[in-house]
Amino acid sequence: MNKVVNDAKEAIRGIADNMTLMLGGFGLSGIPENCIAALVESDVKGLTCISNNAGVDEFGLGLLLKKHQIRKMISSYVGENAEFERQLLSGELEVELIPQGTLAERCRAGGAGIPAFFVPAGYGSEVADGKEIREFNGKMHLLEHALTADFAIVKAWKGDTHGNLIYRHTANNFNQAMATAGKITIAEVEELVPAGTLDPNQIHTPGIFVQRIFQASSLEKRIEFVTTRS
Amino acid sequence: MPLDKNGIAKRIAQELHNGYYVNLGIGIPTLVANFIPEGMEVILQSENGLLGIGPFPLKGEEDPDLINAGKQTITYIKGAAFFDSSTSFAMIRGGHIDLTVLGAFEVSEQGDISSWKIPGKMVKGMGGAMDLVASAKNIIVAMTHTDPKGNSKLIKSCTLPLTGVGCVKRIVTDLAVVDVTNDGFKLIERAPGVTVEEIASKTAGKLIIEGEIPEMAL
Repeated sequence: MNKVVNDAKEAIRGIADNMTLMLGGFGLSGIPENCIAALVESDVKGLTCISNNAGVDEFGLGLLLKKHQIRKMISSYVGENAEFERQLLSGELEVELIPQGTLAERCRAGGAGIPAFFVPAGYGSEVADGKEIREFNGKMHLLEHALTADFAIVKAWKGDTHGNLIYRHTANNFNQAMATAGKITIAEVEELVPAGTLDPNQIHTPGIFVQRIFQASSLEKRIEFVTTRS
Repeated sequence: MPLDKNGIAKRIAQELHNGYYVNLGIGIPTLVANFIPEGMEVILQSENGLLGIGPFPLKGEEDPDLINAGKQTITYIKGAAFFDSSTSFAMIRGGHIDLTVLGAFEVSEQGDISSWKIPGKMVKGMGGAMDLVASAKNIIVAMTHTDPKGNSKLIKSCTLPLTGVGCVKRIVTDLAVVDVTNDGFKLIERAPGVTVEEIASKTAGKLIIEGEIPEMAL
Protein backbone atom coordinates (compact mmCIF):
# COMPACT_ATOMS: atom_id res chain seq x y z
CA MET A 1 0.00 0.00 0.00
CA ASN A 2 3.05 2.27 0.04
CA LYS A 3 2.47 4.89 -2.65
CA VAL A 4 5.48 7.06 -1.95
CA VAL A 5 7.70 8.17 -4.81
CA ASN A 6 10.90 10.14 -4.41
CA ASP A 7 10.09 13.39 -6.12
CA ALA A 8 8.04 15.20 -8.76
CA LYS A 9 10.15 13.84 -11.61
CA GLU A 10 9.34 10.27 -10.59
CA ALA A 11 5.72 11.19 -9.85
CA ILE A 12 4.99 12.48 -13.35
CA ARG A 13 6.44 9.39 -15.06
CA GLY A 14 4.04 8.30 -17.80
CA ILE A 15 2.67 11.74 -18.60
CA ALA A 16 2.96 11.86 -22.37
CA ASP A 17 2.22 14.27 -25.21
CA ASN A 18 -1.46 15.11 -25.84
CA MET A 19 -2.68 13.78 -22.48
CA THR A 20 -5.36 15.44 -20.35
CA LEU A 21 -4.31 16.65 -16.91
CA MET A 22 -6.26 18.06 -13.99
CA LEU A 23 -4.31 20.46 -11.80
CA GLY A 24 -5.65 21.65 -8.44
CA GLY A 25 -5.45 25.19 -7.14
CA PHE A 26 -7.32 28.48 -7.14
CA GLY A 27 -5.21 31.32 -8.45
CA LEU A 28 -1.76 30.41 -7.13
CA SER A 29 -3.12 28.95 -3.89
CA GLY A 30 -2.86 25.18 -3.54
CA ILE A 31 -1.16 24.55 -6.89
CA PRO A 32 1.21 21.58 -7.32
CA GLU A 33 4.36 23.67 -7.80
CA ASN A 34 6.86 20.81 -7.86
CA CYS A 35 4.94 18.82 -10.50
CA ILE A 36 4.49 21.90 -12.68
CA ALA A 37 8.25 22.51 -12.52
CA ALA A 38 8.90 18.86 -13.44
CA LEU A 39 6.48 19.08 -16.38
CA VAL A 40 8.25 22.21 -17.63
CA GLU A 41 11.53 20.32 -17.47
CA SER A 42 10.05 17.22 -19.18
CA ASP A 43 9.18 19.03 -22.43
CA VAL A 44 5.90 17.08 -22.67
CA LYS A 45 3.57 18.97 -25.03
CA GLY A 46 0.09 19.14 -26.53
CA LEU A 47 -1.43 18.96 -23.05
CA THR A 48 -5.06 19.63 -22.25
CA CYS A 49 -5.07 21.18 -18.78
CA ILE A 50 -8.19 21.29 -16.62
CA SER A 51 -7.52 23.91 -13.98
CA ASN A 52 -9.70 26.69 -12.55
CA ASN A 53 -7.09 29.28 -13.54
CA ALA A 54 -4.06 29.46 -15.80
CA GLY A 55 -1.47 30.88 -13.42
CA VAL A 56 0.37 34.14 -13.98
CA ASP A 57 3.06 34.94 -16.53
CA GLU A 58 6.01 33.73 -14.48
CA PHE A 59 4.41 31.21 -12.13
CA GLY A 60 2.07 28.27 -11.98
CA LEU A 61 0.63 27.08 -15.29
CA GLY A 62 1.99 30.26 -16.86
CA LEU A 63 5.35 28.47 -16.95
CA LEU A 64 3.90 25.66 -19.10
CA LEU A 65 2.11 28.16 -21.34
CA LYS A 66 5.30 30.10 -21.91
CA LYS A 67 6.95 26.95 -23.29
CA HIS A 68 3.92 26.19 -25.48
CA GLN A 69 3.34 22.85 -23.76
CA ILE A 70 -0.41 23.40 -23.41
CA ARG A 71 -2.73 22.95 -26.39
CA LYS A 72 -5.99 23.50 -24.57
CA MET A 73 -7.09 25.01 -21.25
CA ILE A 74 -10.39 24.14 -19.56
CA SER A 75 -10.93 26.79 -16.89
CA SER A 76 -13.41 29.22 -15.33
CA TYR A 77 -11.22 32.32 -15.12
CA VAL A 78 -8.00 33.04 -16.98
CA GLY A 79 -7.27 36.70 -16.24
CA GLU A 80 -3.96 37.75 -14.70
CA ASN A 81 -1.90 36.21 -17.50
CA ALA A 82 -0.78 38.32 -20.47
CA GLU A 83 0.96 35.46 -22.35
CA PHE A 84 -2.21 33.42 -22.07
CA GLU A 85 -4.24 36.22 -23.62
CA ARG A 86 -1.70 36.61 -26.42
CA GLN A 87 -1.76 32.88 -27.30
CA LEU A 88 -5.55 32.85 -27.14
CA LEU A 89 -5.97 35.83 -29.48
CA SER A 90 -3.36 34.45 -31.92
CA GLY A 91 -5.12 31.07 -32.02
CA GLU A 92 -2.14 29.11 -30.64
CA LEU A 93 -4.15 28.07 -27.62
CA GLU A 94 -7.64 26.61 -27.39
CA VAL A 95 -9.73 27.59 -24.38
CA GLU A 96 -12.97 26.25 -22.98
CA LEU A 97 -14.46 28.48 -20.30
CA ILE A 98 -16.82 26.82 -17.83
CA PRO A 99 -18.76 28.29 -14.89
CA GLN A 100 -16.72 27.63 -11.77
CA GLY A 101 -19.30 25.55 -9.91
CA THR A 102 -20.03 23.50 -13.01
CA LEU A 103 -16.30 22.88 -13.44
CA ALA A 104 -15.96 21.67 -9.84
CA GLU A 105 -19.03 19.45 -10.16
CA ARG A 106 -17.88 17.99 -13.48
CA CYS A 107 -14.65 16.91 -11.77
CA ARG A 108 -16.53 15.54 -8.75
CA ALA A 109 -18.94 13.66 -11.03
CA GLY A 110 -16.03 12.24 -13.02
CA GLY A 111 -14.55 10.75 -9.87
CA ALA A 112 -17.90 9.59 -8.56
CA GLY A 113 -18.99 7.66 -11.65
CA ILE A 114 -21.79 10.07 -12.58
CA PRO A 115 -21.55 10.58 -16.37
CA ALA A 116 -23.70 13.71 -16.58
CA PHE A 117 -26.02 15.95 -14.54
CA PHE A 118 -28.22 19.04 -14.87
CA VAL A 119 -27.38 22.51 -13.50
CA PRO A 120 -28.97 25.93 -14.03
CA ALA A 121 -25.67 27.84 -14.42
CA GLY A 122 -25.21 29.24 -17.90
CA TYR A 123 -28.82 28.93 -19.05
CA GLY A 124 -29.53 31.70 -21.58
CA SER A 125 -25.79 32.33 -22.11
CA GLU A 126 -23.34 31.05 -24.73
CA VAL A 127 -22.40 28.30 -22.25
CA ALA A 128 -25.73 26.66 -23.14
CA ASP A 129 -24.92 26.45 -26.87
CA GLY A 130 -25.41 22.91 -28.14
CA LYS A 131 -26.39 21.52 -24.74
CA GLU A 132 -29.55 19.63 -23.88
CA ILE A 133 -31.91 21.84 -21.86
CA ARG A 134 -34.57 20.53 -19.50
CA GLU A 135 -36.97 22.10 -17.07
CA PHE A 136 -37.03 20.90 -13.48
CA ASN A 137 -39.20 22.52 -10.79
CA GLY A 138 -40.07 25.37 -13.12
CA LYS A 139 -36.44 26.23 -13.81
CA MET A 140 -34.28 25.61 -16.89
CA HIS A 141 -31.17 23.44 -16.56
CA LEU A 142 -28.28 22.41 -18.83
CA LEU A 143 -26.96 18.87 -19.22
CA GLU A 144 -23.29 18.88 -18.25
CA HIS A 145 -20.91 15.94 -18.66
CA ALA A 146 -18.38 14.62 -16.19
CA LEU A 147 -14.66 15.29 -16.60
CA THR A 148 -11.87 12.82 -16.00
CA ALA A 149 -8.15 13.04 -16.69
CA ASP A 150 -5.23 10.78 -17.55
CA PHE A 151 -3.47 12.29 -14.55
CA ALA A 152 -4.86 14.45 -11.74
CA ILE A 153 -2.17 16.41 -9.93
CA VAL A 154 -3.06 17.83 -6.53
CA LYS A 155 -1.33 19.66 -3.73
CA ALA A 156 -2.13 18.89 -0.08
CA TRP A 157 -0.89 20.14 3.28
CA LYS A 158 -0.38 16.74 4.90
CA GLY A 159 -0.43 13.28 3.44
CA ASP A 160 0.51 9.79 4.57
CA THR A 161 2.13 6.81 2.90
CA HIS A 162 -1.33 5.38 2.05
CA GLY A 163 -2.19 8.54 0.14
CA ASN A 164 -4.65 9.97 2.66
CA LEU A 165 -4.68 13.77 2.30
CA ILE A 166 -5.53 16.83 4.38
CA TYR A 167 -5.72 20.27 2.78
CA ARG A 168 -5.21 23.58 4.59
CA HIS A 169 -7.57 26.59 4.61
CA THR A 170 -8.59 27.78 1.12
CA ALA A 171 -5.76 25.80 -0.51
CA ASN A 172 -8.20 22.88 -0.74
CA ASN A 173 -10.33 24.44 -3.51
CA PHE A 174 -10.33 22.19 -6.61
CA ASN A 175 -7.80 19.68 -5.23
CA GLN A 176 -10.33 17.53 -3.39
CA ALA A 177 -12.66 16.99 -6.36
CA MET A 178 -9.83 16.58 -8.88
CA ALA A 179 -8.05 14.01 -6.69
CA THR A 180 -10.98 11.65 -7.34
CA ALA A 181 -11.06 12.09 -11.13
CA GLY A 182 -7.63 11.06 -12.37
CA LYS A 183 -6.89 7.63 -13.83
CA ILE A 184 -3.69 8.22 -11.91
CA THR A 185 -3.70 10.81 -9.14
CA ILE A 186 -0.47 12.36 -7.95
CA ALA A 187 -0.34 14.21 -4.62
CA GLU A 188 2.48 16.53 -3.66
CA VAL A 189 2.36 17.32 0.04
CA GLU A 190 4.06 19.75 2.38
CA GLU A 191 4.39 17.11 5.07
CA LEU A 192 4.53 13.39 4.31
CA VAL A 193 4.00 11.18 7.36
CA PRO A 194 3.78 7.41 8.02
CA ALA A 195 0.30 5.83 7.75
CA GLY A 196 -1.37 5.95 11.14
CA THR A 197 -0.09 9.42 12.01
CA LEU A 198 -2.99 11.48 10.65
CA ASP A 199 -6.33 11.55 12.49
CA PRO A 200 -8.68 9.44 10.31
CA ASN A 201 -11.53 11.83 11.23
CA GLN A 202 -9.76 14.73 9.56
CA ILE A 203 -8.94 13.17 6.16
CA HIS A 204 -10.34 15.12 3.18
CA THR A 205 -9.18 12.74 0.42
CA PRO A 206 -9.12 9.05 1.37
CA GLY A 207 -6.03 7.27 0.02
CA ILE A 208 -8.01 5.07 -2.40
CA PHE A 209 -8.08 8.03 -4.81
CA VAL A 210 -4.30 8.58 -4.75
CA GLN A 211 -1.76 6.43 -6.60
CA ARG A 212 1.46 8.40 -6.07
CA ILE A 213 2.51 10.72 -3.26
CA PHE A 214 5.70 12.60 -2.50
CA GLN A 215 7.16 15.14 -0.11
CA ALA A 216 7.31 18.50 -1.91
CA SER A 217 10.49 20.51 -1.62
CA SER A 218 11.30 24.23 -1.62
CA LEU A 219 7.72 25.40 -2.23
CA GLU A 220 7.52 29.09 -3.01
CA LYS A 221 3.77 29.45 -2.28
CA ARG A 222 3.61 32.75 -4.07
CA ILE A 223 0.80 35.19 -3.20
CA GLU A 224 -0.97 36.81 -6.14
CA PHE A 225 -2.35 39.92 -4.41
CA VAL A 226 -0.93 40.76 -1.00
CA THR A 227 -3.65 42.82 0.67
CA THR A 228 -3.33 44.09 4.23
CA ARG A 229 -5.15 46.38 6.63
CA SER A 230 -3.41 49.19 8.47
CA MET B 1 -24.44 64.30 -5.82
CA PRO B 2 -23.90 60.84 -7.27
CA LEU B 3 -22.62 58.34 -4.70
CA ASP B 4 -19.02 57.15 -4.75
CA LYS B 5 -18.17 53.43 -4.50
CA ASN B 6 -18.35 53.52 -0.72
CA GLY B 7 -21.74 55.23 -0.87
CA ILE B 8 -23.11 52.45 -3.09
CA ALA B 9 -21.67 49.85 -0.70
CA LYS B 10 -23.16 51.66 2.30
CA ARG B 11 -26.63 51.65 0.73
CA ILE B 12 -26.37 47.95 -0.14
CA ALA B 13 -25.40 47.19 3.47
CA GLN B 14 -28.93 48.29 4.41
CA GLU B 15 -30.20 45.18 2.58
CA LEU B 16 -28.42 42.87 5.04
CA HIS B 17 -30.25 41.09 7.82
CA ASN B 18 -29.05 39.40 10.97
CA GLY B 19 -28.07 35.78 10.30
CA TYR B 20 -27.62 36.20 6.54
CA TYR B 21 -25.08 34.17 4.59
CA VAL B 22 -23.81 36.52 1.87
CA ASN B 23 -21.57 36.21 -1.19
CA LEU B 24 -19.93 39.47 -2.21
CA GLY B 25 -18.42 39.77 -5.68
CA ILE B 26 -15.19 41.48 -6.64
CA GLY B 27 -15.03 45.32 -6.73
CA ILE B 28 -17.74 47.52 -5.17
CA PRO B 29 -19.53 44.48 -3.65
CA THR B 30 -16.44 43.65 -1.56
CA LEU B 31 -16.72 47.10 0.07
CA VAL B 32 -20.15 46.18 1.51
CA ALA B 33 -18.28 44.21 4.21
CA ASN B 34 -17.01 47.52 5.62
CA PHE B 35 -20.55 48.74 6.33
CA ILE B 36 -22.15 45.78 8.12
CA PRO B 37 -24.09 47.45 10.97
CA GLU B 38 -22.65 47.15 14.48
CA GLY B 39 -24.11 44.16 16.32
CA MET B 40 -25.41 42.45 13.17
CA GLU B 41 -24.11 38.96 12.47
CA VAL B 42 -23.55 38.32 8.77
CA ILE B 43 -21.40 35.43 7.50
CA LEU B 44 -19.52 36.13 4.27
CA GLN B 45 -18.87 33.27 1.86
CA SER B 46 -15.84 33.10 -0.41
CA GLU B 47 -16.54 30.70 -3.28
CA ASN B 48 -13.00 29.33 -3.24
CA GLY B 49 -13.88 27.60 0.02
CA LEU B 50 -14.57 29.68 3.14
CA LEU B 51 -17.59 30.65 5.22
CA GLY B 52 -16.62 33.44 7.59
CA ILE B 53 -14.31 35.90 5.82
CA GLY B 54 -12.52 38.20 8.26
CA PRO B 55 -10.71 41.48 7.64
CA PHE B 56 -7.55 41.75 5.54
CA PRO B 57 -4.50 40.52 7.50
CA LEU B 58 -1.99 42.77 9.23
CA LYS B 59 1.25 43.27 7.37
CA GLY B 60 3.49 40.27 7.95
CA GLU B 61 0.56 37.94 8.71
CA GLU B 62 -0.43 37.16 5.11
CA ASP B 63 -1.00 33.43 4.46
CA PRO B 64 -0.71 32.02 0.92
CA ASP B 65 -3.23 29.32 1.89
CA LEU B 66 -5.85 31.91 2.83
CA ILE B 67 -7.23 34.03 -0.01
CA ASN B 68 -10.59 35.29 -1.25
CA ALA B 69 -12.17 34.80 -4.69
CA GLY B 70 -10.29 37.89 -5.89
CA LYS B 71 -7.03 36.14 -4.84
CA GLN B 72 -6.36 38.73 -2.13
CA THR B 73 -4.96 37.66 1.24
CA ILE B 74 -7.66 37.55 3.94
CA THR B 75 -8.30 36.24 7.45
CA TYR B 76 -11.15 34.16 8.87
CA ILE B 77 -13.47 34.82 11.79
CA LYS B 78 -14.16 32.64 14.84
CA GLY B 79 -16.63 29.93 13.79
CA ALA B 80 -15.40 29.88 10.18
CA ALA B 81 -15.44 26.75 8.01
CA PHE B 82 -13.24 25.71 5.10
CA PHE B 83 -14.39 23.37 2.32
CA ASP B 84 -13.66 22.36 -1.24
CA SER B 85 -14.98 24.02 -4.43
CA SER B 86 -17.73 21.49 -5.13
CA THR B 87 -19.12 21.91 -1.60
CA SER B 88 -18.87 25.67 -2.01
CA PHE B 89 -21.01 25.59 -5.13
CA ALA B 90 -23.43 23.16 -3.47
CA MET B 91 -24.07 26.03 -1.05
CA ILE B 92 -24.60 28.39 -3.97
CA ARG B 93 -26.49 26.09 -6.34
CA GLY B 94 -28.54 24.62 -3.52
CA GLY B 95 -29.93 28.03 -2.60
CA HIS B 96 -28.30 28.21 0.82
CA ILE B 97 -26.83 31.68 0.26
CA ASP B 98 -29.29 34.39 1.34
CA LEU B 99 -27.91 37.28 -0.70
CA THR B 100 -25.50 37.69 -3.60
CA VAL B 101 -24.07 41.10 -4.50
CA LEU B 102 -22.16 41.44 -7.75
CA GLY B 103 -21.09 43.95 -10.37
CA ALA B 104 -22.33 44.16 -13.96
CA PHE B 105 -21.71 45.81 -17.33
CA GLU B 106 -25.44 45.87 -18.16
CA VAL B 107 -28.78 44.90 -16.64
CA SER B 108 -31.95 44.58 -18.73
CA GLU B 109 -35.57 45.39 -17.88
CA GLN B 110 -36.18 41.64 -17.54
CA GLY B 111 -33.39 41.24 -14.97
CA ASP B 112 -30.90 39.75 -17.44
CA ILE B 113 -27.27 40.50 -16.59
CA SER B 114 -24.08 40.86 -18.64
CA SER B 115 -20.95 40.90 -16.54
CA TRP B 116 -18.23 38.63 -17.87
CA LYS B 117 -17.18 39.24 -21.42
CA ILE B 118 -16.66 42.10 -23.86
CA PRO B 119 -16.12 40.47 -27.26
CA GLY B 120 -12.79 41.44 -28.80
CA LYS B 121 -11.69 43.29 -25.67
CA MET B 122 -11.90 41.22 -22.55
CA VAL B 123 -12.24 37.45 -22.28
CA LYS B 124 -11.14 36.45 -18.83
CA GLY B 125 -13.91 34.01 -18.01
CA MET B 126 -17.05 33.93 -15.91
CA GLY B 127 -15.53 32.50 -12.74
CA GLY B 128 -18.41 31.77 -10.37
CA ALA B 129 -20.72 34.52 -11.63
CA MET B 130 -22.95 32.27 -13.78
CA ASP B 131 -23.41 29.76 -10.96
CA LEU B 132 -24.23 32.56 -8.53
CA VAL B 133 -26.78 34.38 -10.69
CA ALA B 134 -28.51 31.16 -11.77
CA SER B 135 -29.18 30.00 -8.22
CA ALA B 136 -29.12 32.87 -5.73
CA LYS B 137 -32.42 33.57 -3.95
CA ASN B 138 -31.75 37.29 -3.99
CA ILE B 139 -29.34 39.14 -6.27
CA ILE B 140 -28.40 42.80 -5.95
CA VAL B 141 -26.27 44.40 -8.64
CA ALA B 142 -23.84 47.12 -7.61
CA MET B 143 -22.70 49.31 -10.50
CA THR B 144 -22.54 52.84 -11.86
CA HIS B 145 -25.71 53.98 -13.63
CA THR B 146 -23.80 54.79 -16.84
CA ASP B 147 -20.54 53.66 -18.41
CA PRO B 148 -17.54 56.04 -18.64
CA LYS B 149 -18.89 57.34 -21.97
CA GLY B 150 -22.24 58.20 -20.39
CA ASN B 151 -24.20 55.30 -21.92
CA SER B 152 -26.91 53.85 -19.68
CA LYS B 153 -26.21 50.46 -18.15
CA LEU B 154 -29.91 49.90 -17.34
CA ILE B 155 -31.22 48.98 -20.76
CA LYS B 156 -34.09 47.36 -22.62
CA SER B 157 -32.13 44.22 -23.48
CA CYS B 158 -28.47 43.39 -22.92
CA THR B 159 -26.06 43.92 -25.81
CA LEU B 160 -23.07 42.07 -24.28
CA PRO B 161 -22.85 38.27 -23.75
CA LEU B 162 -25.20 37.23 -20.95
CA THR B 163 -24.21 35.90 -17.55
CA GLY B 164 -27.77 34.94 -16.61
CA VAL B 165 -31.39 35.66 -17.50
CA GLY B 166 -34.25 37.04 -15.42
CA CYS B 167 -32.29 36.89 -12.19
CA VAL B 168 -31.53 40.41 -10.93
CA LYS B 169 -34.00 41.70 -8.33
CA ARG B 170 -32.51 45.04 -7.34
CA ILE B 171 -29.86 47.42 -8.68
CA VAL B 172 -28.02 49.96 -6.54
CA THR B 173 -26.14 52.57 -8.57
CA ASP B 174 -24.43 55.87 -7.87
CA LEU B 175 -27.75 57.57 -8.70
CA ALA B 176 -30.56 55.32 -7.54
CA VAL B 177 -32.06 52.15 -6.14
CA VAL B 178 -34.02 50.45 -8.92
CA ASP B 179 -36.04 47.23 -8.70
CA VAL B 180 -36.65 44.85 -11.59
CA THR B 181 -40.39 44.18 -11.88
CA ASN B 182 -42.58 42.31 -14.36
CA ASP B 183 -43.33 45.67 -16.00
CA GLY B 184 -39.76 46.99 -16.22
CA PHE B 185 -37.42 48.94 -13.94
CA LYS B 186 -39.07 50.65 -10.97
CA LEU B 187 -37.42 53.63 -9.26
CA ILE B 188 -37.33 53.05 -5.49
CA GLU B 189 -34.90 55.66 -4.11
CA ARG B 190 -32.63 58.37 -5.43
CA ALA B 191 -29.14 59.33 -4.24
CA PRO B 192 -29.05 62.48 -2.08
CA GLY B 193 -29.43 65.55 -4.29
CA VAL B 194 -30.00 63.56 -7.50
CA THR B 195 -33.24 64.40 -9.32
CA VAL B 196 -35.77 61.96 -10.71
CA GLU B 197 -35.29 63.66 -14.10
CA GLU B 198 -31.56 62.91 -14.14
CA ILE B 199 -32.17 59.25 -13.25
CA ALA B 200 -34.86 58.97 -15.92
CA SER B 201 -32.61 60.55 -18.55
CA LYS B 202 -29.81 58.08 -17.73
CA THR B 203 -32.02 54.97 -17.74
CA ALA B 204 -32.41 53.56 -21.25
CA GLY B 205 -34.87 50.81 -20.29
CA LYS B 206 -38.46 51.43 -19.25
CA LEU B 207 -38.47 53.16 -15.85
CA ILE B 208 -41.62 53.20 -13.71
CA ILE B 209 -41.84 56.25 -11.45
CA GLU B 210 -44.71 56.19 -8.98
CA GLY B 211 -45.41 59.02 -6.53
CA GLU B 212 -42.77 60.81 -4.51
CA ILE B 213 -39.35 59.08 -4.76
CA PRO B 214 -37.53 59.29 -1.43
CA GLU B 215 -33.83 60.07 -1.04
CA MET B 216 -31.60 57.27 0.25
CA ALA B 217 -31.07 57.50 4.00
CA LEU B 218 -27.33 56.98 4.36
